[in-house]
Amino acid sequence: MSASKVQTNVDLDKERIKCNFNIQELTYIIDGGKHKTLQRRQIENNVFTSGKHEDQVPDECLSLKERYENAVRKSLDYGDLVRNELLAITGLENFGTPILRRTADAFFKEISPLLLHLGMFVPTIMGQCTAEQQAKWLPLALNLEIYGTYAQTELGHGTFIRGLETTATYDSSTEEFVLHTPTLTAYKWWGGGLGKTANHCIVVAQLYTKGKCYGVHTFIVQIRDAETHEPLPGIKVGEIGPKMGFNTADNGYLGFDHYRIPRENMCMKNAQVLKDGTYMKLGNAKLTYGTMVFVRVTLVSDSAFNLAKAATIAVRYSAVRRQSEAKPGAPEPQVLDYPTQQHKLFICISSALAMQFTANWLWKTFTKYLSEMKKGNVDNLPELHALSSCLKAVSTSDAAAYIEQCRLACGGHGYMTSSRLPHIYSFVVATRTYEGDYTVLLLQTARFLIKAWEQAESGVNLTPTVSYLSRACKVKNTWENSSEGIIRSFEAVAAGKIAHCVKNIREKMQNGLDLDEAWLLTTNLLVSAAEAHCRAVLLRVYHEEAKRLTEESSLNVKEVVDQLVQLYLTYWSLERTGDLLRYTSISENNIHQLEKKYEELLAAIRPNAVGLVDAFDICDEILQSTLGAYDGRVYERLMEEALKTPLNSESVNPAFHKYLKPYRQAKL
Amino acid sequence: MTLKKVNPDLEKERSTCTFNIEELTNLLDTGAHCTAERRAVEDKVFSVKELKDEIPDEFLSHKERYENAIRKSVFLHKVLQETGVKRGVYNRSDKSDFRTTYYSIFKDGSPFMLQYSMFVPTILGQGDSEQVELWYKRALNMEIIGTYAQTELGHGTFIRGLETEAVYDEKTEEFILNSPSLSSYKWWPGGLGHTTNYCIVMAQLKIKGKPYGMQPFIVQIRDEETHMPLPGVKVGEIGAKLAFNTVNNGFLGFEHVRIPRRHMLMRFSQVSKDGKFTSSANPKLAYGTMVMVRVTIVNSAATYLSRAVTIAIRYSAVRHQSKLKQNEPEPQILDYVTQQHKLFIGIATSHAYMFCSYWLWDVYVMYQKEQNVGNFDRLPELHALACCLKVISSSDCTGLVEKCRMSCGGHGFMMSSNLPQLYGISTATCTYEGENTVMLLQTARALVKAWELGSRGRPFSPTMSYFAEKNVPSKWDSSLEGILNAFQKVSIGKLSSSVSSLQEYTKSGLSAEDAWNKASVQLIGAAEAWGRAVVLSIYKSEIERYGQTVSPALKSVLFDLVELYYVHLTLEKMGDLLLYTQLSEKDVVSLRKKYEDLLEKIRPNAIGLVDAFDYRDEVLNSTLGSYDGFAYERLMTEAMKSPLNAEPVNQSFHKYIKPLMKGKL
Repeated sequence: MSASKVQTNVDLDKERIKCNFNIQELTYIIDGGKHKTLQRRQIENNVFTSGKHEDQVPDECLSLKERYENAVRKSLDYGDLVRNELLAITGLENFGTPILRRTADAFFKEISPLLLHLGMFVPTIMGQCTAEQQAKWLPLALNLEIYGTYAQTELGHGTFIRGLETTATYDSSTEEFVLHTPTLTAYKWWGGGLGKTANHCIVVAQLYTKGKCYGVHTFIVQIRDAETHEPLPGIKVGEIGPKMGFNTADNGYLGFDHYRIPRENMCMKNAQVLKDGTYMKLGNAKLTYGTMVFVRVTLVSDSAFNLAKAATIAVRYSAVRRQSEAKPGAPEPQVLDYPTQQHKLFICISSALAMQFTANWLWKTFTKYLSEMKKGNVDNLPELHALSSCLKAVSTSDAAAYIEQCRLACGGHGYMTSSRLPHIYSFVVATRTYEGDYTVLLLQTARFLIKAWEQAESGVNLTPTVSYLSRACKVKNTWENSSEGIIRSFEAVAAGKIAHCVKNIREKMQNGLDLDEAWLLTTNLLVSAAEAHCRAVLLRVYHEEAKRLTEESSLNVKEVVDQLVQLYLTYWSLERTGDLLRYTSISENNIHQLEKKYEELLAAIRPNAVGLVDAFDICDEILQSTLGAYDGRVYERLMEEALKTPLNSESVNPAFHKYLKPYRQAKL
Repeated sequence: MTLKKVNPDLEKERSTCTFNIEELTNLLDTGAHCTAERRAVEDKVFSVKELKDEIPDEFLSHKERYENAIRKSVFLHKVLQETGVKRGVYNRSDKSDFRTTYYSIFKDGSPFMLQYSMFVPTILGQGDSEQVELWYKRALNMEIIGTYAQTELGHGTFIRGLETEAVYDEKTEEFILNSPSLSSYKWWPGGLGHTTNYCIVMAQLKIKGKPYGMQPFIVQIRDEETHMPLPGVKVGEIGAKLAFNTVNNGFLGFEHVRIPRRHMLMRFSQVSKDGKFTSSANPKLAYGTMVMVRVTIVNSAATYLSRAVTIAIRYSAVRHQSKLKQNEPEPQILDYVTQQHKLFIGIATSHAYMFCSYWLWDVYVMYQKEQNVGNFDRLPELHALACCLKVISSSDCTGLVEKCRMSCGGHGFMMSSNLPQLYGISTATCTYEGENTVMLLQTARALVKAWELGSRGRPFSPTMSYFAEKNVPSKWDSSLEGILNAFQKVSIGKLSSSVSSLQEYTKSGLSAEDAWNKASVQLIGAAEAWGRAVVLSIYKSEIERYGQTVSPALKSVLFDLVELYYVHLTLEKMGDLLLYTQLSEKDVVSLRKKYEDLLEKIRPNAIGLVDAFDYRDEVLNSTLGSYDGFAYERLMTEAMKSPLNAEPVNQSFHKYIKPLMKGKL
């Protein structure tokens, strides 16, 4: 791509010569096979040769309104370019390849206002509508004849869905639902594309029929006129204003004043309201979890991709940037040669890989369970739910922290938006909160774990990801300095923490507290136990998937992937010495060995560092970073971007004549 | 939406507070008269109509925001002059200046910032009396506006690596400034882009081909009348950043620009007409300003955190969510222990660093007096302290600001909460004025040196005196004194094992530099551990000192926070403590219990504690954190200010969306 056009920075050239493994081979593994890489590259080529992703003026220099308008234009250009891929989407299963999400990053630094159309509106119709309803709505949506979004969160209520206040009251005399927003706090808030863009919306509301409340249900609601785009009577809709990121997402608010929709607009796959107002539950209500789980699974893979971007930028920049004198008289070394810098960055490379492998593994698990669910088997749902909850929480949280670490590792230049690192951070850190806040999700996983522990105590067989509990509640862990030994120790830590929670809750209940109170007072421990469980799962999955995926790889690829896995295991052991000292037999001597091994791993990975980030194969158009481009022309790009700032198009800004000069002459 | 005076939840919270809020405010301000003085200035500044924004800055383009910031800077300067606020503008003279708040009229900084904080102080500090006479007056009257340019595109922390040159031409008695490469362009100075017409430039001095190191030069870069860049000067804005977007950070390059000989600031070093270089500079003198700037950062970090935690705690008192118990209304989220765990440490940490910064300021003032009579004894310790506290305060506080932001859920992502801006400004402290890792390594150098001298019998300076203590294993003790002792043991353990690694590496044949580099990950751990021991010790001793004069009620709540800080850190650093002290599993369990008890004890005072920071709504600038607690009303009011909401249908519908829907695009 752009690499061949301009001369590459000599330092990067040298790094690429040093690399001892086949980069392409690793790229295929990360993408999930050669054919997937080729397919991805072909789409990327098609999209980027159009040139429609390019901006003359950096988005950050525009007003919020101009940025929105630019994003709408680009959304439609992008929609045109990938129309075929869009039309190929027929079910949740098709969302497995993140290609469209990747290429979209070249168009939007801060998300398209149409993101939720594809990300939530379409999947909800697929997941919660009857076949008949899908036949009506899907073609309209996929052909972009209507634009939809998804409105659940309200100004006053987020994670706690039962607390939502918007009502949908059935009126059997007209066979309509009456949607209403009773208070300010009941206003829908956040829906992407809701402000000015969407004309339809999935609305989550409390269903009332025959005077009884049946809890939250979903409805398809038209909110704007198809011709004039004016909000329909009874609809109050608008934009919620600037945010830390997502500024082109057109997040909106929405209120209803006794607004009527036809009965058929309720999503009726899992529950129905008959014409006479009779409420009927169909199948298993748990099936609605499907979409939620789906979103969490995709967030794990998004975390991996965004962390890979940040690591690519920071590692390439660190190979180009030179600083200080390590030895008197010698030239300034590349900052990548400092072990403190390697300590900050190599774990990011390894974590990105860990999350990518885990995301692929989770996706496989999800689609397997999804097909079982379609056959009516929901036995595995609790495990899937617990697993996707904690993996979403921990991977978004890890990714956000490591992305910020990459940004800080780039010193002042990481602070420039042209580095793209601030954008990547604000995007990922939002995912830590939305679709289930970090703390809340870990507490949900904790509930599952406590139950599993009780089952283990009573000798019931456990589902795969918690089966270690059966072993742990019988045998005490002994530290062993091997991969399997480390993983088992992390399982022992998780088990120890879960056991501790159970003990704590039981004690508090014996002292007269009820379960809710005992649970509340144990929550900080429960969060930590769920995190420990998730960490153990990540360690195991990463280790096993890496082994499986490189089974037929060349020796050097095998070796470098194994080094990254070892780095991950060692790094986390050293991070968690407190837990390991408490729950395993690890000794001070073992810890010193780990420290030594960690230093050796950093040194071993160093020559392959640039090759490893090259293997993520993220092209310049998607990275959009002055610091991270393939050619390493860091300073040139920083200056080129600076010169695009409209402030620089005039030598003297009008503010000089308007304010500074008159003030100096005491005329203001 | 009729506004009642205060949200009833907050009203209730304020009634449970057990101490006198005003008393704590006075303590934070370093005196009741300081509180009164601060409030008088706030009353003046915040009543100026021109300093308010009709449309929030975040809606505007980068250029519009800059122009708005210039407008406000000019009006602010005018008000401050009328108010007679001189102290603190050019030279910090008193630690109560730390509590100055009027800069919060800029959410993202003022383009005049460096005029006050660097340009004028450098003239005062580095100019000779004649130069001060000439330039200081002009700057005071705003006849000239200046900034300070040191960092270059290719070089930051490592000052000797800077490339900009100033070559003396004795024929014309001028210096010729030149930027030999792209990477030598000055990059970052605030106000440099389009605002300032003068600039202090740090450049490598060369006379007759011989280098004389970095020297400061005062350089005119724009015409005083037309404001056009002068010939040979290439200057402009560096573009958008994570924050500080109205500061007008700029770049600057020179193409053989000539300046008169007397434009080199000559207090310490001089170049005579015939090109003779003389210098009376004690290199140690340069450290003074650096130390002062870093002490200021310790305080700023604490200040940003105190604002974030005020916002988050007030919001957590008005936000209700989920059910704790069946059939009860949704509780305030501040009642969740997980939320208390996230937030109360924010109050304690901002106290810890605020009081440490006051203490460090006093040490600095003492040093300045000694330095004036040629006594530099205190410098190595002071330098290490300033480096290390700058690092741990900036990284701790930034982490906690972000934690506060995330604890507000989605609404913390709204710019109108002001939490994203606080994070953006706070996180910059981790990289500017000495990147944190580099600072820790400098600290480590001082520690290793002290350790080695100590092993040869030299006495340790006060904050390192515990290095001399014999490391005898003793039973774990959960009192404050006991915990402090334990952290000192960790510090000793990490430092001594770093030193043995260094010795081992050199013995195995590595050069001193390679050994240092190889051990650097351990060394930063040792430096951090020393900083922890210092902060624990100073925070405690300062509160003990204040405790002698404050009321019993306030004393008790101040010590609750000290204890929370101690126990929290003990649980955070459990791995180190298990390794280096006699901490046992049983102790950990009882410390956890103690921690939970402390959260419960602090809970009724949470709102009172953040009220005591005494930030007016104009300072907080936050929909979520205002004193009255009407978070939802304010969120909606702010949203309605969006220019996008001024029209029901945006033009892009007709231009792009509709044609597409109709298949006509």
